[in-house]
Amino acid sequence: MKVAVVGAGPAGVRAVERLVAAGLSPVWMDEAPDGGGRIYQRPPAPLARDARTLYGFEAKRATAIHDTLDALKPRTDWRPETLVWHIRAGAKQMQALHRGAQQRIDFDAAILCTGAMDRVIPVPGWTLPGVTTLGAAQIALKAQGCGIGRRVVFLGTGPLLVLVAYQYAKAGAEVAAVLDTTPFATKARAAPGLLLGGATFAKGLYYTAWLKRHGIPMVEGITPLAIEGDAQGVTGVRWRDARGREQHTACDAAGMGWGLKPEAQLADLAGVPFRHDAVQANWVPVRDDAGRTPVPGIYLAGDGAGIGGAEVAELAGARAALALLQDAGHRIDPIDTVTLDRRLAGLARFRAALERAFPFPAHLARSLPDDAILCRCEGLRAGELRAAARAEAATGPAPEMNRAKAFTRVGMGRCQGRVCGAAAAEILAAELGRPVPRIGRLRGQPPVKPIPIVAGAAP
Amino acid sequence: MTTTCDVLIQGGGGAGCSAALHLAQRGLRVILLERGLVGGQASGVNYGGVRQQGRHPAELPIARRSREIWGRLKDLVGTEAEFTVTGHLKLARSDAEEADLIAYLDVAKQYDLPLRMVGRNAIHREYPWLGPKVVAGSFAPEDGAANPRLLAPALAHAARTAGADIREHAEVVAHAHDGARFTLRTKAGDDFTAPVLLNMAGFWGGAVAEAFGESVPVAPLSPNMAVTEPLPYFIEPNLGVVGGNVYLRQIPRGNVILGGGHGENDAAIPWSRPLPEVTIEATQRAVELVPALAGAQIIRSWSGIDGKMPDAIPVIGRSRTTPGLFHAFGFSGHGFQLGPGIGAIMAELVADGRTDIPLEAFRIERFAT
Repeated sequence: MKVAVVGAGPAGVRAVERLVAAGLSPVWMDEAPDGGGRIYQRPPAPLARDARTLYGFEAKRATAIHDTLDALKPRTDWRPETLVWHIRAGAKQMQALHRGAQQRIDFDAAILCTGAMDRVIPVPGWTLPGVTTLGAAQIALKAQGCGIGRRVVFLGTGPLLVLVAYQYAKAGAEVAAVLDTTPFATKARAAPGLLLGGATFAKGLYYTAWLKRHGIPMVEGITPLAIEGDAQGVTGVRWRDARGREQHTACDAAGMGWGLKPEAQLADLAGVPFRHDAVQANWVPVRDDAGRTPVPGIYLAGDGAGIGGAEVAELAGARAALALLQDAGHRIDPIDTVTLDRRLAGLARFRAALERAFPFPAHLARSLPDDAILCRCEGLRAGELRAAARAEAATGPAPEMNRAKAFTRVGMGRCQGRVCGAAAAEILAAELGRPVPRIGRLRGQPPVKPIPIVAGAAP
Repeated sequence: MTTTCDVLIQGGGGAGCSAALHLAQRGLRVILLERGLVGGQASGVNYGGVRQQGRHPAELPIARRSREIWGRLKDLVGTEAEFTVTGHLKLARSDAEEADLIAYLDVAKQYDLPLRMVGRNAIHREYPWLGPKVVAGSFAPEDGAANPRLLAPALAHAARTAGADIREHAEVVAHAHDGARFTLRTKAGDDFTAPVLLNMAGFWGGAVAEAFGESVPVAPLSPNMAVTEPLPYFIEPNLGVVGGNVYLRQIPRGNVILGGGHGENDAAIPWSRPLPEVTIEATQRAVELVPALAGAQIIRSWSGIDGKMPDAIPVIGRSRTTPGLFHAFGFSGHGFQLGPGIGAIMAELVADGRTDIPLEAFRIERFAT
């Protein structure tokens, strides 16, 4: 039986571990040079540092993932630096790009552990040099050993906001401010549920306390107004505090993000249906609790199957592998599945509380000024999308996301709407006066990420 | 509920929407039924070529008529749908292909289609970015390209403004004719009735014809399309080749749109998608024509569903079995340029009972057994 696993983050590693234990040797592909996923991404050898420095409280977990990954490599068909850019679920084929060369992978069953990316809400000025996502700011620090600036503002909401700020401060950067768009009261209401998170919740409190102790300004309930700058880059962030007063913080870089969204393009191309998850405010691929999708032979695990975090990803990877094995007629230990299911259910309750503590601030996207860039690939401004929703447009109003894309080019550039899609949906929904689930989502098209044209003998 | 009108149109591609517009402008009560959104299949996702050169001689009178409408599209519908007269340069990559281009000059002359041969010396002087495999070309200065995503919605919007009733998400599930009137039932259970029915349902036009006892061998056709990231603008003309296995154009925004070969589809869903190996082949053929495209990134690929006839020209004209039924489907990949003209011609057939455009070659009888 040919099994393909896409992704070597926490979910992919634990899935492959179970497959190998059952005597299988899957084809295992990952975009990065040495796996680990975004959360445990390893720096290139010349920048290697000890795990404690790189991953802090997560060092033990990171090391365990890396050690398992390294032990599994020789027992699988391990293919790093491989971008799977298309999947044909019916034909059971994947198409990948490996160091500039095309590869076709045949499979009987596949586990897609494709991870997540930052969810972004455009802010006027967000395309200035020196503005990155929170995740990118963290990767710069972890994998390249550099920061996005000397004096940095972190802006957005969610657990990553304080974590990245803490990591930057620890690494010696000046953190000018941590600007959280979620009001304190919202978080306080979710606190009882957050206690379910135990150690995870405690770590969040620790980072916050540490930042406060070191005199770093931390403000809740703010509204971002603009990231300001000149030809050289960012010069400051203008924002409004919870009492309505306008404030300005000088900085030379800004990292921003509002939680995560699944990188689920492969599941989409495989034909897996999607549903709108109101708690996460994300479109997520349909799967059962074990990771089975309605498409035969396609299994999902990790943040690509709906945001759950690294701990959930490890469990879900193992669980999806067991589901695959069971469906293929392998004998699996029922205690094993029951244990995994119970732990996953417990973590799901914590995740739901987390989403309630840091809800997606749709109003910020909806109130993006008309002249602000919404789709940075296509240079499209918010007002141009709003105009396409109105009846006086020559094409008639766009009733849903893909029509809006066809009319305005929103989400039609290099990133294919991965960055602007969530905010664009809010803006279009507001203009049409319909809820987001009713206006649909941008359809996935291959390639998942850009692939180069390579000269070769045309057949 | 039953709704009555003068003309029913099944299919909201460019041709169907143009027919609705032209009929509504003549004061007829028109209802157009479209299963999805207008321009959702071949009309909306094709390459966007507005090309007359190289067409089947029988199609040239329609192409000329349509080109005239393209030229005044802004007045007709309020947008030119990004129609730009860039010229179309058809390239030869061998002596045999060059002979093909030369032979077509006579055809073009017969139909007053301006066409200029660009010979072996001139081709690389005039277009220094062409690769060494190119040996000659023929240039049609009136041709160009437009944005397929805008055409059908703009025609539909103008048709609505002119009084036509364009119904989207209205899938027809049953056809009937009582000798005088057609009744079409939609999935939602609504009935629509009229003495005239225009079958403009693309690939699915075959099923409509079948419902009235005239079966035709139409097959689904899915163009394999891709687009690059924006590059500095340097390819002005719309490019094709003899044989048609690759075609590409650049828009002023910088993206290069390229196609060649066919993707996969399931017309029953409907669903279509490009095939990775076909996309890769098309990019290799494209880089042979324009070597500077090497290294450019493909950011998206897509497909749609058109109807292909065995002789690669559409079915246009009166039904052989049912009075009041008119066909215009199976455009075999040529429908985008022809669409606006087809709509005008269908309006003439219905309202005047005749058209000056010769349609003999397109009669459905050619498939009668």
